Amino acid sequence: MTSSTSPPSRPTNDPRREGFGSVLRSEWTKLRTVRGWVIGLVAAAVLCVAFTFVVGHGNQEGGCTGPPPPGSGPNSPGTNCYTGHPFVPTGPNGEAVADSYRLVEQPLSGNGTLTAQVTSLTGLIWTGPANIAPSLAHTKPGLAAWAKAGILVTPSTHQGSPYAAIMATGSHGIRWQYNYTHDRPGLPGAITNSAPRWLRLTRTGDTLTGYDSANGRTWHEIGTANLAGLPASVILGLFVTSPVSFQRSSSGAPTQATATFDHVTLNGRAVSDVRQSHSIGTGSQDYYPTLGTGSAHRPGNTFVLSGSGDIALAVNPLAGGDTASSSLWFGLIAALIVTIVVATMFITVEYRRGLIRTTFTATPQRTSVLVAKAAVIGVVAFVVGALAAAVGVPLGMHVLNGNGNYVFPTTTLTEVRIIAGSGVLLALTAVAVLALGAILRKSASAITTGVLVFALPYLLGQLLSGSAQEWLFRVTPAAGFDVLGVLPHSAQVDYPSTIANGYYPLAPWAGLVVLCAYAALALGTATFLLRRRDA
Amino acid sequence: MSEPIIEVTDLHKRFGSAVALDGMTFTVAPGRVTGFVGPNGAGKSTTIRVILGLDAPDEGTALVCGQPYQHLQRPLNQVGALVDAAALQPSRTGRNHLLWMARSQDMPTSRVDEVIELVGLGSAARRKAGGYSLGMRQRLGIAAALLGDPPVIIMDEPFNGMDPEGIIWMRRLLHSMAVEGRAILVSSHLMSELQDMADHVLVIGRGKVLADASVDELIAHASGDQVLVRTSAASEAAGALQRAGNAARVIDGNTISVSGLEAQHIVEVLSQAQIPFSEVTAQRASLEDVYLQLTSGEAEFRASSDRKAQS
Repeated sequence: MTSSTSPPSRPTNDPRREGFGSVLRSEWTKLRTVRGWVIGLVAAAVLCVAFTFVVGHGNQEGGCTGPPPPGSGPNSPGTNCYTGHPFVPTGPNGEAVADSYRLVEQPLSGNGTLTAQVTSLTGLIWTGPANIAPSLAHTKPGLAAWAKAGILVTPSTHQGSPYAAIMATGSHGIRWQYNYTHDRPGLPGAITNSAPRWLRLTRTGDTLTGYDSANGRTWHEIGTANLAGLPASVILGLFVTSPVSFQRSSSGAPTQATATFDHVTLNGRAVSDVRQSHSIGTGSQDYYPTLGTGSAHRPGNTFVLSGSGDIALAVNPLAGGDTASSSLWFGLIAALIVTIVVATMFITVEYRRGLIRTTFTATPQRTSVLVAKAAVIGVVAFVVGALAAAVGVPLGMHVLNGNGNYVFPTTTLTEVRIIAGSGVLLALTAVAVLALGAILRKSASAITTGVLVFALPYLLGQLLSGSAQEWLFRVTPAAGFDVLGVLPHSAQVDYPSTIANGYYPLAPWAGLVVLCAYAALALGTATFLLRRRDA
Repeated sequence: MSEPIIEVTDLHKRFGSAVALDGMTFTVAPGRVTGFVGPNGAGKSTTIRVILGLDAPDEGTALVCGQPYQHLQRPLNQVGALVDAAALQPSRTGRNHLLWMARSQDMPTSRVDEVIELVGLGSAARRKAGGYSLGMRQRLGIAAALLGDPPVIIMDEPFNGMDPEGIIWMRRLLHSMAVEGRAILVSSHLMSELQDMADHVLVIGRGKVLADASVDELIAHASGDQVLVRTSAASEAAGALQRAGNAARVIDGNTISVSGLEAQHIVEVLSQAQIPFSEVTAQRASLEDVYLQLTSGEAEFRASSDRKAQS
């Protein structure tokens, strides 16, 4: 006998049970010693980055606008050709904004108040074909819900400047808005001959206050805004604008609004007596589609302004549609599918080979085994997802920018969230399908179920549209992809906030919570079955 | 014999309508090889899985070192088991297979290399286990069982697929480990595999123990203390033995069968009666005969020395 073993000792009551740490090390050893799994997980990350590059690369921006060259057909591209994306202004907090309107202003020095009565607000909607530049030649009457006419104060007519405004709207009543995202409602109801509205904007230092009134005598304060660092001399005036309508087409039709202002009264010291009329953000280089540049004239004591555009957050599809994560999702799905296969096999292979019995003789605490496996595959999947996204997000943005695409500005915090979120997305899915593997015990059925439940909704979600798509991204594991959301929803803009346009129905972390619930359910079921079943 | 190290008491288990275990009760003592033998489907593997905490019995208990397996601390240090040598991840090397097991018990990597040498796996240990022959898998399985240097070793059908050389090696290994004081439980569906190796045998049939005895006791029982006498005067000899108070039966013209008397006394009786005889032979059954006799008739037999095991 060549045994080098010592004579067996009676089992001592060693108080050191093998801790969870040794189960973890054991499961980690299992994972890293199967070359196919390691290759698969590395491939998942590489695939994700590669697809991100391909998707970004295939996205080129450029085109022609304006009237077709003389002698060519009506469907020829315009003569005003450009490469790269049109100009998208950036608001005071770094967000992409729309800032296109007609303004009649008079600079104000120091404090002051501008009052005006809006006596009418009407509109036109472009009805012409999509391939020609919008003009007033093809329109029908119609007022956009968020058509705006009112009083505005801003330090500068530069697009993206801070501002505050009191306004009448197409169908949202009187509103007090400032700096593109803040909004408070005033008097409801549309502007009619029988129900004109009075508006007032007061400047006191950095503080701006908006009032409305039905009769010009009783005034209600709607809200205030504090625009820190407002210069002594500010631009104060009347404005009209009217946003793109998506009611009839998904590509949108530009609109124009016309408002009549009466009883325009300035209390305060005007820098000059001359009122100037400006068309802001309606040039050919500006991204916001407008119906003409608007106009302003003064019949009698009234002011009549026509304007087109919007003063609000920039939204897709108008701004061109790319975000820090828009090239990532496809690669992430590829990585997800590979991760699902590896994570499932991490346990089903043990069942197939009977190895699970060896595992349970080494660690009879079956829940510990499952939790250790989940921890190991979860952490590894997190690293795969986070690494892939950490490379993919900057790469995607770089490629998109290089191709002339507009990429919505993103804060570092948002990029970190997308990167960590991609990791958590893969980790939760890996844990869920591992549990599925423990429940089903067969590689083929567990992988199929895993892909159907945890990857297909994402793919299906890209094909569907409307409420079905939104539903998928709310309640199925596809909700996890909501963590890729970059664009903030804006209640002050009517636009198709679809996933195709980069808008996800749930808040980023809320989406992961939904996915987490699926993983917890699967893990709970697997634990229950593992304890009950014979190995 | 010292205190039992495995105690199986009144195990019952059904799989659907099929009864797998039907009052399985036995003990395994250290310092000897206990053969666990019975036809396929007798309940050997189920019993072993219950002992290892893999299957839950409907009734009854199985204790290892006085505790249910699930309560053992670092169980591979107390029980080494070879349940299924094919239970391997084919793309993992043999050494890595042992390595993850070692990690789960906080054992050093050096122990992995020790057992690899011990079972003679050597250079093959760094190859993928999927390419191993059946014999190499068995050696790897044994290495896994020995990893924790446990006082109890349980092997389910370890000889399956082994070449004769391997079987001899395995018998020596198991024997030497028993000599070291370990409790060895080895199952087989072939009694012949255990005949020269097991010190003690548990014969299993239909979910319970049919015989629990040392090899000698079993054989003696099956032989039924029969002694064959060859003589030219068969009827006189039978008469003389019957007068001496023993059952004697004439089988044919010159052979009689005697029970209840040892060969030595028969010689004395016949010599005194001056009856000539040519041969007096104690009839020895082979272990295989006993096994077949037990498992076909399902008769129960327990040696007196082990009666205490049956409560």
